[in-house]
Amino acid sequence: MKITQEIKDNTVIMTLDGELDASSSVILDEELSDPEIMKYAKVLVNCQDLNYISSAGLGVFISHLQRFEDAQIKLIFYNMQDKVRNVFEILGLDLLMTIVSDYEEARTIANE
Amino acid sequence: MNNSIRVSCTKKNLKLIRDFVTEYLKALALTDILMNQIVLAVDEICANLIIHANHEDPNKYLTLKVQTVKDQVKFEIADQGRAFERNNYKEPNIQEHIKMGKKGGVGIALVNRIMDKVEFITDGTQNTCLLYKKIK
Repeated sequence: MKITQEIKDNTVIMTLDGELDASSSVILDEELSDPEIMKYAKVLVNCQDLNYISSAGLGVFISHLQRFEDAQIKLIFYNMQDKVRNVFEILGLDLLMTIVSDYEEARTIANE
Repeated sequence: MNNSIRVSCTKKNLKLIRDFVTEYLKALALTDILMNQIVLAVDEICANLIIHANHEDPNKYLTLKVQTVKDQVKFEIADQGRAFERNNYKEPNIQEHIKMGKKGGVGIALVNRIMDKVEFITDGTQNTCLLYKKIK
């Protein structure tokens, strides 16, 4: 699992590359727990190269959602592969998180 | 085709298990989504066995067998760790998890929703989880 972050216009663009399972999701948890990220109003997560997610990966996002919401930070997922989006849908997480089709849509929603 | 694998109880081996299942399923020409769902269900059970039942002890092992019987694929996952207590299992409330910032506890829900049948059998020290999924 490789995670890269880019800062642009008060926005963190986090790119996930690889597979998020019980072994690799620890890295994601560390990235999202970093207090530095809370300084930004928007976190856009590029999922184009996220090839797999298990409950451990979902659990990391679930565990940070409330904290982000309380801090009024917008967390938006985009470019998600169908098979990965399906895993969010099985648990109904697609209704509780913001998942959009591409970067442009993510930017638009982030700026609303 | 080799249809079983035995791995030690470390989280790093989950990738090995997923690759093994993917390789087996390739011959069945499933859709990407169905293939991913089945791989995920097996991964979730194995992760639970490795982490909770066997406490990531590399000296302990689990065995995974897969076969296609008529129109369904069947997985048999065996270990000798602490048995899963199905009677104590409660379906998670995701909104509650979000509120509490809870990390775990949604894996078995995924398995139950993906697979057609999920069984847990304990025979002495041997635990076996059976997963069935219709593929046609």
